[in-house]
Amino acid sequence: MLVCETGTATLYIKSIMMTACIAIIMTTSLNLTIGVLGQLTLGCCGFQAIGAYTAALLSKLLVANGVVMDDTVRFLLVTIIGGVVACIFGILVGIPALRLRGDYLAIITLGFGEIIRVIIQNLKFAGGAGLDKGQAGQALIGIDRLANLYVVFWITVVTVVVLFMFGRSKYGRAVKAIRDDEIAASASGLNTTYLKVMVFAISAFFAGIAGGIFAQYIGSLTPAMSGWLYSINYVIMVVFGGMGSITGSIVSAIGLTVLPELLRAFAEYRMLVYSVALVLVMIFRPQGIFGSWEFSLPKLINRIFYPKRQSNDGNPDNADSKGQTEKTRTGVAQRTAQKEAAVGVAHSDASLAKPVLKASTQGEEVQ
Amino acid sequence: MSEPILRAEHLGITFGGLKAVSDFNITIGKGELVGLIGPNGAGKTTVFNLLTGVYKPTEGEFWLDGQPMSGKKTHQVVRAGIARTFQNIRLFKQMTVEENVLVAFNESFSYGVGGAIFRTPRFWRQEHEMHAKAIELLKIFGLDGLAATQAENLPYGQQRKLEIARALATGMKLLLLDEPAAGMNPTETEDLLECITIIRKRFGIAILLIEHDMSLVMNVCERINVLDYGRVIASGTPEEIANNPQVIAAYLGSDDDAEDDAGDGNDGERE
Repeated sequence: MLVCETGTATLYIKSIMMTACIAIIMTTSLNLTIGVLGQLTLGCCGFQAIGAYTAALLSKLLVANGVVMDDTVRFLLVTIIGGVVACIFGILVGIPALRLRGDYLAIITLGFGEIIRVIIQNLKFAGGAGLDKGQAGQALIGIDRLANLYVVFWITVVTVVVLFMFGRSKYGRAVKAIRDDEIAASASGLNTTYLKVMVFAISAFFAGIAGGIFAQYIGSLTPAMSGWLYSINYVIMVVFGGMGSITGSIVSAIGLTVLPELLRAFAEYRMLVYSVALVLVMIFRPQGIFGSWEFSLPKLINRIFYPKRQSNDGNPDNADSKGQTEKTRTGVAQRTAQKEAAVGVAHSDASLAKPVLKASTQGEEVQ
Repeated sequence: MSEPILRAEHLGITFGGLKAVSDFNITIGKGELVGLIGPNGAGKTTVFNLLTGVYKPTEGEFWLDGQPMSGKKTHQVVRAGIARTFQNIRLFKQMTVEENVLVAFNESFSYGVGGAIFRTPRFWRQEHEMHAKAIELLKIFGLDGLAATQAENLPYGQQRKLEIARALATGMKLLLLDEPAAGMNPTETEDLLECITIIRKRFGIAILLIEHDMSLVMNVCERINVLDYGRVIASGTPEEIANNPQVIAAYLGSDDDAEDDAGDGNDGERE
């Protein structure tokens, strides 16, 4: 931020920073659905497009009706409304779509993105040709470029904080529980449908916000932004950074925005190097750069000042609330547990035959 | 006798043309430990799935503490007070031992999304309370020292215990244990037995137990129901069951058993 205010950043650097901020909002919110909830969705850019078009059209409407308001206020207002509209669509799509999972959900959300694209293409007021014409629409142009890097930076910070706080609460735990085992989650009293739709809606909301920023930064919109190629780009960022890690999402969003720019020197080999980098990361770190690791200031401070006690890092939440004596005790207990685990493997080996037989006789029952 | 914890009447379910369970009747009083046994594929786990709302019964009804439960969703049934464990352990593997228990506390603590995001005093108070309760619960099972361990790294026996601890955390009145001793060695089974005794004493809950380990069943259960081909073929005290000729026939087979089956079209197939 400092470079911007002192004026040393060129327009080019500013544009990269803006794109990175939008990518961070998209990636961290998508990470909540893909990484934490464990549901693969490919429709995030559909929500982004809804947010973008809502914000753009609303901004135009306000100007057309002669409403006078501060630029920043107008920017924030239309962006948030864009987010809310995207959120409503998130709920509407989420309720039927989240009955499915895995590949099926991916396909449904993929289809959703395409539907949004086609609808926008045909809406006259969104620059389209009109439903009766049936041809590709044009870009929506002339949107006021109100996005200011300073404001956008703080929106990004708020997004990350909100998502982080959500993740570190009973809701975050519940969502992770659904990812690990949905049947056990509902057997623990969680309303899984409600939680899944809620996560989907939160993701959609922030995607809409990112869309609103995008619209008011670029100044023109095309329906193509809702296509699946763009969605997959963000999915790559989530996977690249590590599923379930907000830190990973932020780093990979910045990295994968900056990398193609840094590679401009390679001219036509640019995208090749980019792809190779992706492939290499997936081969050598299939869990993503950060896995599910999360940056934590208390942990970092502990590591610097108490390097010896780091053998027992397990639950970052309790790292600071527990007494030191208790910590060392946990460490000892864990070591014994590891020994026991080795013995436990031997035990379960002996009894393997029995469950296998059972599984073959009991069909699809929940066991 | 007061109202029983669980009362099921003529409970049954049909998958396509197959009657998996039919005319299942059971009453479980407060603090009772009832066993449910039967050969593989007899429909024991299906009964559990019916009682926890995973399947909707196609016939009959059941009540928890006098409240009708049939047709409710799993999470509603769990909140009303029926919790279960699974035959194949289902833990939240990538979460810590403590988090596994905390998830089950979720519904008993009321802070909302706003509270979580703004970290209100209520959020902190409830989170601390949850944490304390979870550790207290884990202590009963001797798992408090492992609170920060990832659940999938626990040895088998302790995974079972954690699953029971998680079920207890939902604050239920009736606990359904689906083959808790499956795959355990004798020491672990004994350990488990001790656990069951302790939690019964401490929480005063009723337990319905599916088990293949006959010594365990005969030792702990006050009453036993025997299920075969989706029907209760016998019920009574462990001694009565052990000497019941029908039960022995179901488990070991007998000459006239085969003839009986041939004449009974509905039950001809197992799941």
